[in-house]
Amino acid sequence: MAIVKTQRHADMPPPVSQTGVIGWMRENLFSSPLNILLTVVSVYVVWWALSAIVSYAFINANFVGETRADCTGSGACWVFIKARWGQIMYGFYPVEERWRVDVGYVLAAIGLFLVLSDFVKNKKWPAIYTFVVVPIVCYFLFYGGSFGLPVVETSQWGGLFLTLVLASVSIFVALPLGIVLALGRRSTMPIVRMLCVGFIELIRGVPLITVLFMASVMLPLFLPEGVNFDKLIRALVGMSLFSAAYMAEVVRGGLQAIGKGQTEAASSLGLGYWQSMGLIVLPQALKISIPSIVNTFIGLFKDTTLVLIIGLLDLLSIVKAGTTDKEWVGMATEGYVFVAAVFWGFCFGMSRYSIWLENKLHTGHKR
Amino acid sequence: MSDAAMSQEQSDVAIQIIGMHKWYGDFHVLKDINLSVERGEKIVVCGPSGSGKSTMIRCINRLEEHQQGQIIVDGIELTNDVKKIDEIRREVGMVFQHFNLFPHLTVLENCTLAPIWVRKTPKAEAEATAMKFLERVKIPEQAMKYPGQLSGGQQQRVAIARSLCMNPRIMLFDEPTSALDPEMISEVLDTMISLAEEGMTMICVTHEMGFAKTVADRVLFMDAGEIIEQAPPQEFFENPQSERTQLFLSQILHNA
Repeated sequence: MAIVKTQRHADMPPPVSQTGVIGWMRENLFSSPLNILLTVVSVYVVWWALSAIVSYAFINANFVGETRADCTGSGACWVFIKARWGQIMYGFYPVEERWRVDVGYVLAAIGLFLVLSDFVKNKKWPAIYTFVVVPIVCYFLFYGGSFGLPVVETSQWGGLFLTLVLASVSIFVALPLGIVLALGRRSTMPIVRMLCVGFIELIRGVPLITVLFMASVMLPLFLPEGVNFDKLIRALVGMSLFSAAYMAEVVRGGLQAIGKGQTEAASSLGLGYWQSMGLIVLPQALKISIPSIVNTFIGLFKDTTLVLIIGLLDLLSIVKAGTTDKEWVGMATEGYVFVAAVFWGFCFGMSRYSIWLENKLHTGHKR
Repeated sequence: MSDAAMSQEQSDVAIQIIGMHKWYGDFHVLKDINLSVERGEKIVVCGPSGSGKSTMIRCINRLEEHQQGQIIVDGIELTNDVKKIDEIRREVGMVFQHFNLFPHLTVLENCTLAPIWVRKTPKAEAEATAMKFLERVKIPEQAMKYPGQLSGGQQQRVAIARSLCMNPRIMLFDEPTSALDPEMISEVLDTMISLAEEGMTMICVTHEMGFAKTVADRVLFMDAGEIIEQAPPQEFFENPQSERTQLFLSQILHNA
């Protein structure tokens, strides 16, 4: 006998135990004895760690004062950071010229906001402003020597300012250069491919410290007498090339994930190599590489601390130098905690931005 | 022969393949392919998998390179000259088995991309044309969606519209319905039939024998890299000459 349903079943809401706070907790926190145990232990560990941090950094900490003598609490003594704030932020940049750095920050922040956020749809002008105008203006602003601004030698640059200069320049150079290297490595032209493979494998095969050393110690040996590049520029070149090699491999991974069908469809429509790369392949490849690209950026950002080895005073080294001051004995913990917090803040920001960007670019074709 | 007669003759032949061979490494995939397609002619290519059908039509717009023989499309011979390849690709549309839509662009952007960047059509005009073709394939309401949000049949119709936006004179179809669920095959075939009725020159690699019977002027059977048999559909299905064709037809028509 045939069984026929004549009426459609109505849609019903899910059972209450599956939804809401209680449903969520039951499913995720207390679903089994092991899960209950893990939940309780985790909550305890988090509580223990948090309370220790809060009491060290806030409750038992000193915020007010001028000298070492004001460090009376059992927790952190932020007076040290406060007293050295100017140096930590700007290094030995002359106090009366520090406004130039701040103006540069503001200009860059406006540009980054316009390019990275969602408020402006047409990115052409913001991009030109951020990637062409701001770098040029910042160069004249920071270094000086024209428009009536006195020269501030790069040896006076330091602190967070130097860290940000190193990181942003290397990032802006590394990404495009990395893309070019990745395309070159996949090129059908043997010479181009060999050059790119050689460069990537050479740079990737040596530690960054070695690259920095070579750039700062060995390079001058090969240059004729009197010719001398700025130490900062040498560090920048070294770091940019180093991260470009890494970036190239990240981008290549993304390129390989894009099916051959995409380039074939582009070719069959009459698009040339650069059009097909720029309009079809790269947008998709870069999108799926966002997590790895940002990973590389974060690594690069933290690697800037290695310039200590060639005598540049970035955020970490200037704080470290401060802790050796005999007026401030025993402030190493505060110094390193502060540096760690600053680095964490920037890196966490980049990480969150990449997640936001991934979601924004998602167009319903996850495979 | 007068010049007028010459050009008349040239314009009657859309595609001419003469003694074409192709190898993948040591493997001889296409052997002595000779084919002449007249303007407005509809050709269906069938044959077992691995017989070189797709490779053959992919040679026509240089997605694959041939090593011997000549391919002349629209009076232009395919050589390594990139300019000529681009010229031919602009005139030859292609629809793929797996659609190959651009997933990061909307349906409308998929359709306007090539006209804007290759033909330098103004954006508004390209969009108007795109909407016209999306209406023809009966999915104008999906224009703002992304390909990932469409069904397979809809995606394939977008792919057809995308090709048509370049105003091609020749359309190549590479198993356009093979990746589709059964209930979506007919919507794509209907689109192809209406295109055929308008006089488009078409070469379709397909196993849809019903489509071949209704639309094709000629059916080609390929096996092991060779064109074994070609005939008008009625003759081809009712009275196949070669043994291999008979075997193939008995296998696929058995299931149909």
